[in-house]
Amino acid sequence: MNAYVKACGETDFGTPQKVPEGTQSAGAGGLCMSGTPLRGQATAILEIDGVSVTVPAGTSLMRAAAEAGVMVPRLCATDSLEAFGSCRLCLVEIEGRRGFPASCTTPAEAGMKVRTQSPQLAKLRRNVMELYISDHPLDCLTCSANGNCELQTMAGVVGLRDVRYGMTGVNHFTDSVTDDSNPYFSFDPGKCIVCNRCVRACEEQQGTFALTISGRGFESRVAAGQSESFMNSECVSCGACVNVCPTATLMEKTVIDKGQAEHSVITTCAYCGVGCGFRAEMQGSDVVRMVPWKDGRANEGHACVKGRFAWGYATHPDRVTKPMIRAKITDPWCEVSWEEALRHTASEFRRIQAKHGRNSIGGIVSSRCTNEEGYLVQKLVRAAFGNNNVDTCARVCHSPTGYGLKQTLGESAGTQTFKSVEKSDVIVVIGANPSDGHPVFASRLKRRVREGAQLIVIDPREIDLVNSPHIKAAHHLKLKPGTNVAVLSAMAHVIVTEGLLDEDFIAERCEDKAFADWREFVVRPTNSPEALEGASGVPAAEVRGAARLYARAGNGAIYYGLGVTEHSQGSTAVIAIANLAMATGNVGREGVGVNPLRGQNNVQGSCDMGSFPHELPGYRHVSDTLTRELFERDWGVVIQPEPGLRIPNMLDAALDGSFLGLYCQGEDPAQSDPNTTHVTAALAAMECVVVQDLFLNETAKYAHVFLPGASFLEKDGTFTNAERRISRVRRVMTPLTGMADWEVTMALSKALGYEMHYAHPSEIMDEIGRLTPTFAGVNYEKLDAAGSLQWPCNDDAPEGTPTMHVGQFVRGKGRFLITQYVPTDEKITRRFPLLLTTGRVLSQYNVGAQTRRTANADFYGADLLEIHPHDAEERGIRDGDRVGVESRVGSTTLPVSITERVQPGVVYTTFHFPESGANVVTTDNSDWATNCPEYKVTAVQVSRLVGA
Amino acid sequence: MENLPAIERTIEAIVAAKQSLPGALLPILHEIQDGLGYIPSESVPRIAKALNLSRAEVHGVITYYQHFRQIPPGRHVLRVCCAEACQAVGGEALAEHARLRLQGSDLTLEPVYCLGLCACGPALQIDETTLHARVTPQKFDALVDALEVDP
Ligand code: SF4
Ligand code: SF4
Ligand code: SF4
Ligand code: FES
Ligand code: FES
Repeated sequence: MNAYVKACGETDFGTPQKVPEGTQSAGAGGLCMSGTPLRGQATAILEIDGVSVTVPAGTSLMRAAAEAGVMVPRLCATDSLEAFGSCRLCLVEIEGRRGFPASCTTPAEAGMKVRTQSPQLAKLRRNVMELYISDHPLDCLTCSANGNCELQTMAGVVGLRDVRYGMTGVNHFTDSVTDDSNPYFSFDPGKCIVCNRCVRACEEQQGTFALTISGRGFESRVAAGQSESFMNSECVSCGACVNVCPTATLMEKTVIDKGQAEHSVITTCAYCGVGCGFRAEMQGSDVVRMVPWKDGRANEGHACVKGRFAWGYATHPDRVTKPMIRAKITDPWCEVSWEEALRHTASEFRRIQAKHGRNSIGGIVSSRCTNEEGYLVQKLVRAAFGNNNVDTCARVCHSPTGYGLKQTLGESAGTQTFKSVEKSDVIVVIGANPSDGHPVFASRLKRRVREGAQLIVIDPREIDLVNSPHIKAAHHLKLKPGTNVAVLSAMAHVIVTEGLLDEDFIAERCEDKAFADWREFVVRPTNSPEALEGASGVPAAEVRGAARLYARAGNGAIYYGLGVTEHSQGSTAVIAIANLAMATGNVGREGVGVNPLRGQNNVQGSCDMGSFPHELPGYRHVSDTLTRELFERDWGVVIQPEPGLRIPNMLDAALDGSFLGLYCQGEDPAQSDPNTTHVTAALAAMECVVVQDLFLNETAKYAHVFLPGASFLEKDGTFTNAERRISRVRRVMTPLTGMADWEVTMALSKALGYEMHYAHPSEIMDEIGRLTPTFAGVNYEKLDAAGSLQWPCNDDAPEGTPTMHVGQFVRGKGRFLITQYVPTDEKITRRFPLLLTTGRVLSQYNVGAQTRRTANADFYGADLLEIHPHDAEERGIRDGDRVGVESRVGSTTLPVSITERVQPGVVYTTFHFPESGANVVTTDNSDWATNCPEYKVTAVQVSRLVGA
Repeated sequence: MENLPAIERTIEAIVAAKQSLPGALLPILHEIQDGLGYIPSESVPRIAKALNLSRAEVHGVITYYQHFRQIPPGRHVLRVCCAEACQAVGGEALAEHARLRLQGSDLTLEPVYCLGLCACGPALQIDETTLHARVTPQKFDALVDALEVDP
């Protein structure tokens, strides 16, 4: 094996790819997307060790050499970072020039003749290496990096045989102690060669700037924060520094414990909607570490603390591995065989249907499951249950996105790739907190802002993007919770009344009549920023400034999250966002667009797969006869033309006594859905609740059957991220339970008398492609070859569709819709004077079932209630106190954090820990169009606990 | 620590006055050190926040420059030149002598790199106010004795 090809089989080209002018904005450290057409670029032809190479002008000699198959020794360079030129190992000779320039920092020029090997170069390199080794411990055989250490490799490459300065095997930082404070990696400064890669990775790639070099000269050393432990520093544990460290200084603790991997498998993170590609490094069926995949298009070699490190839950002792049943929810569980569990479930479901009718049962599928699993659950419900009672947790997060974008643009999905942000000039982030919720995307976004793009944040709370190292929002519209539509309509008012519309775009690409109606609506004085200032709390001048900035941007992009959708006007706000993008011509090319940041890994996919009571896969309404016939022919059943029940309707029907059986795959409504009391009462009223999950979750307390689930490491399938990117999930270990989830659904279907025949999830994907035009070109062979594909992928777009609505909208003409601001019914009163809004933190994931079962709890061990100093003082609350939080539906207690991040009158909490019961207080208000719950606004009172 | 609020006020005022200067970090650090004699670690988060920097970056700059102190100085600061010309005429020996002589003393010893007295080293500076040339260990001791009795 070539010494420059790491154990994993990835080549390190030394410096980032230089992207030719006019093709792709070259973000710092940005890796080019292959397949981008190279147009009109300036190239240089040069000769390296006698081999002729053609590279884009500006490419480093090191990279040019690597492309020619010649590897130049290096220590401080790696291709995920800009060249730094500090180690002097990569020296080369250039004909006709004096000296020995560093190849990593010297740009290739046409006609150069470069030599990478000569007796003199060899001597110089050996001298450099000698100095390094004279100050490095020589315990290679017992070092955790043994076999995968670049220092070791380079010593071999330069032929180091002797060290004249002595080989005492010590480093001059003799006083150094290993910093083990981070739960996942350790920092042993005794092995550090001060190559600065870690510092640069934290800056360029992650954008946190947690590391520095303290001191100077011989005293230079890597320091976290103010020379403190990693845990106390600003480090967010993304692992980027660990990836690039060429030595064992920064090393995953799992590698220290287990040793280096012997094989690896490419798969996809199962946490958030960024959908990072990972290389699972394995010893047999044991995961040694998860390393972000350089060729993963969503993440390009970066990751966050969840995907990178928090995978240990898969083998947590809390995992249930045997099916269990019980007659009553008050009975103890009884372990049974798979056959018995499935037979029992089938007979219960059939009994309920016989007595209460076909529509008395249904299924819910989690957005954490694979596309194939989601598809099978809706097929089970439609074909075997014989109704349309299937829904997904996307209902509680992004259903307004599906509705709003379909109505306006014609497709229920985001319009861009993540990489598109590298071409944005103005970026609007609304109701999202990417640095916590979508960290790897946040790193890209921050990089673009550091390059000069402007940022507008619309959020009730001061999220990190408002003001953090090297990032400052041009505008922060700190609105009152529940007033997104007011602010967005006011921005539209400014754009129209100040003549900032993109008239040509609108005339060419949007419906005239709808636009005229909208225009007439937004220009009304009631929609001016001044008129809406009272409602939103945002000064009119700020709204005007933000609207102008966005409208005048060459490329304006909007990114939004659950802070937009989880409102009584969630769909209206999504529509208002689409209106803004159309009005300013910001759709249909790179750098612009409307981009929902999906919460869970497969929110997009589970929606695509028809996990909705009214839609078959591909967003086709069940009332559409042609679509129904297509599926009926393939499945050999009759599909009901009437939409089935949504989750809230199922729960209501349960309380009425007309809905009594539920199949719940990977979902935990008792914790994740609003108004817990109502949810649990409904579950308790059912006769057969079947829960399929990794752990006994909150809903399992109300279950009669528990079917153990399989983690993403135990199954094959695909996830679709927020950029419509379909990526493979690959099995790296056998299911602990003996069956992957898709096999369980198949077996249940068989027990119900409707047999499905799939030998492998690839066959499920083949069926999806056969029946869904946007997926027609998707299959596993193609996914394996391409790495990932963005739908629509079919004959019109065989390689997939990175940017949507190019040239024309999917629905033909874009449709503006009127967005009348209607205040939520959830109003503050004397009794409930504060508005509670919710969010999440970086280290925990949703209801926390997985992350709580990992060391991520060290970063955030309990939900906190954030409250403004004024509101705290008024109530006599001190930082850290436990307080009571009461809404009109329930109450709970939480520890308090006093901070000016929130505005007076607003309190904020996360919902990661079941004991906090955040959803005990959230109400069952919901979006008018889609029933998406209004998690983001609840009127509450906060009070000091007596005796506290 | 009893006058921490006063220190905080000073830092606050300096940061507020200077934060919008281009390249404000060094002027802020200098002014804090001039005002307080050192740069308290508690000031770092405040400076970082005001300048959109990380704490680590500010810390990196403070530790890079010999000039900046992270702990309060003693009653007087003695800087022994450790640059080449002085080294050639016994500067290193003087520095070592000074280190031993000042152990446990309330005077602060710092290295400095060239005081502009290269022709007549080893050179020593006291409190950025007085310069001394051709400093022998005996001369050094005499200077220190004087400082120690001097209140
Ligand atoms: S883990 Fe990430 S955030 Fe922490 S120091 Fe390393 S690169 Fe920076
Ligand atoms: S910790 Fe690793 S990456 Fe950072 S400077 Fe030391 S050797 Fe280089
Ligand atoms: S949680 Fe999201 S950002 Fe983090 S590694 Fe997984 S997919 Fe990437
Ligand atoms: S690799 Fe070029 S100087 Fe280190
Ligand atoms: S070298 Fe000491 S004063 Fe210049």
